[in-house]
Amino acid sequence: MAELPNTEERLTPDTFLRGLWEENPVFVMLLGMCPVLAVTSTTINALAMGLATTFVLVSSSLLVSLLRSWIPKQVRIASYIVIIATFVTIVDYAIQAISLELYAALGAFIQLIVANCVILGRAEAYASKQRIMTTLVNSLGMGAGFTLALLSLGGVREILGNGTILGISIFPADFQPWIVMILPPGGFFVLGGWLLLFNWLRLRKERKEAEQIGVTAHAR
Amino acid sequence: MTLEAQIQTQPPSTPAWAMLRTLGGIAMISGLLVALVYQVTLPIIAENQRVLTEQAVFRVLPGAVSKRDFVINGAGGLEPASEGASGELVYGGYDASGVLLGVALTGSAQGYAGPVNVMFAYDPACACIIGSKVLNSNETPGFGDKLDLDPAFLANFAALDARLNAEGTALANEIVTVKHGTKAQPWEIDGISGATISSNAMGRAANNAAQRAVPAIQRDLAWLMQQK
Repeated sequence: MAELPNTEERLTPDTFLRGLWEENPVFVMLLGMCPVLAVTSTTINALAMGLATTFVLVSSSLLVSLLRSWIPKQVRIASYIVIIATFVTIVDYAIQAISLELYAALGAFIQLIVANCVILGRAEAYASKQRIMTTLVNSLGMGAGFTLALLSLGGVREILGNGTILGISIFPADFQPWIVMILPPGGFFVLGGWLLLFNWLRLRKERKEAEQIGVTAHAR
Repeated sequence: MTLEAQIQTQPPSTPAWAMLRTLGGIAMISGLLVALVYQVTLPIIAENQRVLTEQAVFRVLPGAVSKRDFVINGAGGLEPASEGASGELVYGGYDASGVLLGVALTGSAQGYAGPVNVMFAYDPACACIIGSKVLNSNETPGFGDKLDLDPAFLANFAALDARLNAEGTALANEIVTVKHGTKAQPWEIDGISGATISSNAMGRAANNAAQRAVPAIQRDLAWLMQQK
């Protein structure tokens, strides 16, 4: 997070879009790696985890933003953690109510959303300083970025590791799935691949910008 | 005024009551929210749990349309599961005309990556185990799920011998998993080569479940068949 606004930010499309691309919590900030690697063995798990995290992120950011002038600096981290833990507990019950199979598949990682640094990071660096509307939009963007990242991993891992997407078989019957892809090492392989792609895209953009400046300088 | 500006203009120490107020207030909001959601979701979760168990029972006992829950009581017999009764649960599966098709037992054993919990179907008529379904496990994907999918392995549970000894206190022969291709006795499970630890766990789970539940089922069989 390069430039943290000192004053309240104005609501622009960028408030939302930053979370998706420029400050993507997984591919750019490398936060919340634990669920990213652990529960992305199938697309549906990745989606459920992404949505659960987004819910906690948005609700806790909203509450932090609402109470921001009421929380003394000395107890702010304790307050944020209690707020986050509350919403994690709510999500935990909600997932059990929706599907016990999904709950079993996600395992301890639902409770571990409490320790996801994307959420505490947003509360500390953004929600505690910004108005409710901008916080809502920003945290929705960050949640969408996180979900997108989980889906990118979960999709690739399910296709290669199981030969299916969302449980639907997409390869001919004689396709031999790469089981390693749904095992923990597969998570690292796929994450490495995506990071490579993101960094290459960013470097290429920076190089183009540098060339542009060079060209204009010559033209003068 | 932003929070930072406020803090800078404030005296360096925040009064203790402000911290107490904030933490107390947040804890109250938090407690209220959690209690509310707990109350709302509790019946739904209990219903999910019931449906999940029922599906597993009907899956291991094909043809069953109703199930009754029983607990193994301290005296080594069965009694209907009710609020006060404690003990291990077994599930009787009955068909539409109320005939007992079999009893579903649950067993657990340590597998390759944590416990493997399995539901077995016990048929009192042939005194054998006639079906199995893994309820949950952390076994390696692609290996561990053979326990539920590999037709050759599932054939072991077509009629796995679980007869009692003469006293009716334990199985006459312990159920064991043997090396792939060496099954010689009806109480042996032919292991899966490549998933040895998982298939061994399955054998131990079957043995645990049958050793505990079968004596009780056989003792109260006449009573059990009248329930529906």
